[in-house]
Amino acid sequence: MADVTVDARGLQCPMPVIKTSQAIKTLAAGQTVEVIASDRGALSDIPAWAGDMGHTLKEQFEENDEFHFVVEKG
Amino acid sequence: MTAQETAAETAMAEGSDSAEAEKMVIIAASGDLDKAWPVMILATTGAAYGMDVTVFFTFWGLEVLKRPDSGITGDDWRQKMLGVFRKGSPDKLGLSTMNFAGMGPWMMKGLATDKNVASVGELLELAQDMGVKLWPCQMTMDLMGLSNDDLIEGLDKPAGAGSAISLMKDASISLFI
Repeated sequence: MADVTVDARGLQCPMPVIKTSQAIKTLAAGQTVEVIASDRGALSDIPAWAGDMGHTLKEQFEENDEFHFVVEKG
Repeated sequence: MTAQETAAETAMAEGSDSAEAEKMVIIAASGDLDKAWPVMILATTGAAYGMDVTVFFTFWGLEVLKRPDSGITGDDWRQKMLGVFRKGSPDKLGLSTMNFAGMGPWMMKGLATDKNVASVGELLELAQDMGVKLWPCQMTMDLMGLSNDDLIEGLDKPAGAGSAISLMKDASISLFI
């Protein structure tokens, strides 16, 4: 279970990345955030952002047309 | 003090992760909705990347920063004419093509609301919350007869090309939109 969940369902670019960045600021290194998005762009944007920021994408899956990402703060 | 030092101090004062944050500069020279939108999307995303983001608004780009109630500005009749035809504020921007006397932007904004795309005004507020620096161009303000009172609150001091170049010299990303 992630430490924080970001519900970005229904939101479009750039909001899933923005919301995730705001949520991860509240975490300590090693803690995780789960992002749920419906924006197809998030499929490439969240992993790219996480990688560039030094965070780790621990998990990614699709469920009912929603995209889930678990990101561990680096 | 150079603009860079000022920017670095501001970054520290605002509690950015580090004064060494990478810099992103956007020159926003257009008052078209279809240009202002990507400006604000990229500015907020740059901030989400932990970058020290500055947007320099020049020429029609200043329309984005105008207060909705700024009305007719300036003393010269030509400046007043500009105020008649360019109302300013994010809600009144037109499209560069398919404007159709406001019909195009009205349809575009309706679509954006339906699709839950954040508006330029919302992104502008978000950018300010995220510590994005918004610089109005002093020369354009003088040219168009705009005072600080005609622009929204929370902006950085008006600056010029020298400050913009000084920032861009050391920026990882510099864009002209």
